[in-house]
Amino acid sequence: MTNAWTDIKNTDLVVIMGGNAAEAHPCGFKWVTEAKANRGAKLIVVDPRYTRSASVADFYAPIRQGTDIAFLLGLINYCILNDKIQWDYAKAYTNISYLVKDGFAYKDGLFTGYDPVKRDYDKSTWDYQVGPDGYVLADETLQHPRCVWNLLKEHVSIYTPEMVERICGTPKEKFLKVASMIAETSSKTKTMTSMYALGWTQHSKGSQNIRTMAMLQLLLGNIGVRGGGMNALRGHSNIQGLTDIGLMSNLIPGYLNLATDKEKDFATYMSTRGFKPLRPTQMSYWQNYKKFFVSFQKAMFGDAAKPENDFAYDYLPKLDVPSYDMLRMFELMHNGKINGYICQGFNPLLAAPNRKKLTEAFSKLKFMVTMDPLETETSRFWENHGEHNDVDTASIQTEVYQLPTTCFAEEEGALVNSGRWLQWHWAGGSPPGEAKHDTWIMAQIFLRMKKLYQAEGGAFPDPIMNLTWNYHDANEPEPEELAKELNGYAVADVKDPADATKTLVAAGKQLSGFGQLQDDGSTACGCWIYSGCFTEAGNIMAKRDNSDPEDVGLFPKWAFSWPANRRILYNRASADITGKAWDPSRKIIEWDGAKWAGYDVPDIAPTAKPDVVGPFIMNPEGTARLFARGTMREGPFPVHYEPFEAPIKNVIAPGIRGNPVVRVFKDDAEQFGNSDEFPLAATSYRLTEHFHYWTKHNRVNAALQPEFFVEISYELADEKGVKAGDWVRVWSKRGSIKAKAVVTRRIRPLICDGKKVHVVGIPLHWGFTGAARKGFGPNTLTPFVGDANSDTPEFKAWLVNLEKTDGPAVS
Amino acid sequence: MAYVTPHTASANPPTKGPAAVGDMNEGDLIRRSATSNLPAPTRQLEPVAKLIDVSKCIGCKACQSACIEWNDTKPGVEHNVGVYENPHDLTPDMYTLMRFSEWINPETDNLEWLIRKDGCMHCADPGCLKACPAPGAIVQYSNGIVDFVHENCIGCGYCVKGCPFNIPRISKDEHKAHKCTLCSDRVAVGQGPACAKACPTHAIMFGTKEDMKKHAAGRIADLKARGYSNAGLYDPQGVGGTHVMYVLHHNDKPNIYSNLPADPKISPIVNVWKGATKVVGLAAIGLAAAAGVLHGIFGNPNRVHEEEEAQAEQLVDRGVH
Amino acid sequence: MQISRRGFIKVAGVGVAVTTVGAFGFGEAEAAVVAHVRPFKLANTMETRNTCPYCSVACGIIMYSKGDLKKGDATITHIEGDADHPTNRGTLCPKGAALKDFIHSETRLKYPMVRKPGSNKFERVSWDTALDRIARLMKDDRDKNFVAKNADGVTVNRWTSTGMLAASATTNETAWLTYKVARSLGLLGFDNQARV
Repeated sequence: MTNAWTDIKNTDLVVIMGGNAAEAHPCGFKWVTEAKANRGAKLIVVDPRYTRSASVADFYAPIRQGTDIAFLLGLINYCILNDKIQWDYAKAYTNISYLVKDGFAYKDGLFTGYDPVKRDYDKSTWDYQVGPDGYVLADETLQHPRCVWNLLKEHVSIYTPEMVERICGTPKEKFLKVASMIAETSSKTKTMTSMYALGWTQHSKGSQNIRTMAMLQLLLGNIGVRGGGMNALRGHSNIQGLTDIGLMSNLIPGYLNLATDKEKDFATYMSTRGFKPLRPTQMSYWQNYKKFFVSFQKAMFGDAAKPENDFAYDYLPKLDVPSYDMLRMFELMHNGKINGYICQGFNPLLAAPNRKKLTEAFSKLKFMVTMDPLETETSRFWENHGEHNDVDTASIQTEVYQLPTTCFAEEEGALVNSGRWLQWHWAGGSPPGEAKHDTWIMAQIFLRMKKLYQAEGGAFPDPIMNLTWNYHDANEPEPEELAKELNGYAVADVKDPADATKTLVAAGKQLSGFGQLQDDGSTACGCWIYSGCFTEAGNIMAKRDNSDPEDVGLFPKWAFSWPANRRILYNRASADITGKAWDPSRKIIEWDGAKWAGYDVPDIAPTAKPDVVGPFIMNPEGTARLFARGTMREGPFPVHYEPFEAPIKNVIAPGIRGNPVVRVFKDDAEQFGNSDEFPLAATSYRLTEHFHYWTKHNRVNAALQPEFFVEISYELADEKGVKAGDWVRVWSKRGSIKAKAVVTRRIRPLICDGKKVHVVGIPLHWGFTGAARKGFGPNTLTPFVGDANSDTPEFKAWLVNLEKTDGPAVS
Repeated sequence: MAYVTPHTASANPPTKGPAAVGDMNEGDLIRRSATSNLPAPTRQLEPVAKLIDVSKCIGCKACQSACIEWNDTKPGVEHNVGVYENPHDLTPDMYTLMRFSEWINPETDNLEWLIRKDGCMHCADPGCLKACPAPGAIVQYSNGIVDFVHENCIGCGYCVKGCPFNIPRISKDEHKAHKCTLCSDRVAVGQGPACAKACPTHAIMFGTKEDMKKHAAGRIADLKARGYSNAGLYDPQGVGGTHVMYVLHHNDKPNIYSNLPADPKISPIVNVWKGATKVVGLAAIGLAAAAGVLHGIFGNPNRVHEEEEAQAEQLVDRGVH
Repeated sequence: MQISRRGFIKVAGVGVAVTTVGAFGFGEAEAAVVAHVRPFKLANTMETRNTCPYCSVACGIIMYSKGDLKKGDATITHIEGDADHPTNRGTLCPKGAALKDFIHSETRLKYPMVRKPGSNKFERVSWDTALDRIARLMKDDRDKNFVAKNADGVTVNRWTSTGMLAASATTNETAWLTYKVARSLGLLGFDNQARV
């Protein structure tokens, strides 16, 4: 989230598209109802299903799953044609006026430089024209044919309301109603918030779904303002934290990246980072990259990270592929290339696509370790449960350890919510049986391996031997000790750069923020964006002062919000080029002639003059990008691509299947189904009564939604001879499931490119363990393919068939 | 155990015992089932109400979940029968239930998913209490709460038949009638009902009846501004008004909200049964006949189970012999 | 409806005069139990503040417990929303409102278990046995498959034959310790639910 849950109350228009906040985030959705009740705000829901969010919406428009980009580019086209742009904002704070290289072009669904064999682009033309001074060329008048504005206008011109209807199945008049409501927020005193979640990410072009809405929000001037923003609702309680701390194949905490094989030494690694400004006087905050990286290495390896060894650069593994993401790992596992796998609080047998492939993959492991407070299907993947898990137990040679962990109620620490708040919590219950904290288990595995390396030697033990482990109790590091490492501390006295006789931070003291980080090894910091969360003043994450001066909805003294306790990202953009709030009633910070001041921590140097430094300080341009340069794999502008399994051909580029740059493994490509055999468009989703595969273990939630079902329209039910409550079989190219049928008016067939498309809704909360009735997950059916930029699986749009069946699945 | 003590002890004080405010007791009763000589209440409690704003309700069932947890009930894990309602009906272990109806608005041709939290309405003129033959099994406090006193309940099921909203349910194992208490145990210590506290969108509010009516007026104005010209407050006067009220977007058509009665009234049968003689009335006509007629009166499916009827008949038989 | 109602009154009226109250055995005098509300069940409980572990709204919750955490016998008896919390203001969704029954779920895991190759059951195992075996399996695999240099002679120090999925419902502190361990071993097949 760029903003906070509590800030949604400040909005004029909520657009829920690619999510279902009322269903999946009910208590956050409260702030939508508050905006509606107290400000007269409106709510629009765009979704293939009339959802619980839609039930309280002012306007609902249906859309075929997987066609959001066409809809959103249609909205941008509408705003351009009707001059509904926040011009002062767009001209000053985006790259709308920058000139693009002459070679860059788009035709028939592809940009310049496509290589169909590599399924990748040569992106050399996807960039700005640069002048002799090294800065990007721009035409403030927007007349130049190569400026971003003119390229964008041309690019989106095909997405007319008629084209939107043809692709998305959204009736033209409904699309136009949505467009006119959204366009009104181009006013300086109106704003719109975008609330989205996995309905946008779980597509083969998920990243571009989100980017397209971000472009629209920039054109409307709705980023950085109260009640505006791009608000990813996020799924798990600390999915934000685990991403921040870099528990992803290719990440280092704080959104730094692991080196690749091409970056053979530290100098090479740094040569493509620490970007210089692309426009005069801009901050380009990543110029501090080296400080963040070196401080991270000091936190990891202490004295072993020193200037002479490039701060232990070689202690970290390098990547020979873009990432060993979950899908790649399961592909390798399926090919017999993986021997061991640890699942800490993760149930991939139900959470990853193509369950048959997963079962085969797990069966090839030598060992598996699961750590969880609850039973998981993954830890029992080898156990036969009839139709619900039809495996040949005896033939599976995997050794499985199931380790019981504590749950939230029995442990202490911080979780990061989607509004980037780090909130501390305390233990209140005693663990059951022999359940142990995850920290204890990880420490035990590590210490026992270290002991083996001490005794026996082995492959490159240096990072293991030198990993900092200065904990009070080595067997169980305390949460506060770990939090202090994440915040960072001075390893040696940190001198004031302005006056070397002064010490900014004495050795051993906690840092007060990332502004104190150094690249000489004198500071250590686990995660630079968290710096400030545990200072010499104590545990800031545990602060519980819920005061909210002037009722703005920011709660600055409640817990800690990264970065630097900032509650609204890009808040400099809430003010105009002179530093005055666009909307005086929604002021966040303003320029007082000498500095930025207001309700929030400025997202800019406090003394950076308003007409000199741009608001988007993480970009070397200082502005936000309508033209993405080479940062997205599909291209600098979004394009409508169909899902890999789609009921119709891509009408703008009939020869292209799916997203042309997505990685597809050979076996998986052969398992894509076509619409002649699988004519129904399926989508998967959560229900409000359950949380993933956890609450089926809870007798209360099991009672509230006891049994697996699929949702279909009356029209499809009639065609298939199905009544509500009947058993149906649903199958794809990859598997078959049985479910109860809920027949509803909340799903209607859509007319796409002249063809009637039926939608089948498949919720995801059942398995073969727990208190609820045994059932299936949608992942038995879904394709093993992910997003081009994030490799997030395409769970939201694929093809199935459906028939009435007799009797329940046997188990 | 390296860390077990909360580091903010001052922020985590132990809960104090029940507050004196609003403590509810025998002296606060204004009605008591099958009791004609109830002493006048010793004081007048401020009338309370739960306001359910259907236009804000997202049907999340947090109210059901909070109700189960607070009241320590154990609803069973049933089957899916093709709808979202689970359990499928109110039960002795499920005092409140989200009911879902998919309604096409004939004026706009748009679908409206109308979701209503069903449960005891805490009528000012409670049919259950008037129908109840067991002295003190159903009581009404001066703040409007209608509560069941299980020790006095005989499980006869007459309250079910007396209720214009078809709310009470008889447990099969302990033979007692159950329904929403408006969390009388929470109200007694100055807290609102568990469902109202949990409700994520504040669609369920709790306060004095006067305040709830004022709040409802504001909500109705907002709904009218959004085009719901018939938005209104459901506080049916046929039962003397209720201490659970609804804000409805279509107050002219309560029945579209899963058969919410447009003009609920206590069955005349209950008025005929004066005091304890009501038992006689039912004994004389036979419960099956009563059930059949009641079905006609309320236009609702009769949910009294056969075994419950048999049990009630047995009771009446015991009384006669 | 008119007809039914009239009809019923008529029928019921017939019976009114037949018998008396006393015959039924529950006259007013026998209703001994006075009206009372249920005792407030949170009296004399300990309150601890926590956050809901489900979605990332991160609602504040108050856990009510009995027993002594220091002695290892504290039991959570009830959970409710924290009314002081700015985001949820005391409210909870149907999952959060039932958190107590997650803690006390019948399928909570209590003991380390092992499933041996080919076996059809889990068997209890001590923590020491399980952890020693896991450390041995991991070290053997790492030593066998660790890649110190790639074909071009570049130092790459990676271990890709074992992988790990981390839990996005664990705390930052657990995540950081997990990160330290995984990366120091050279793991690259390392993800969390953010990938999904």
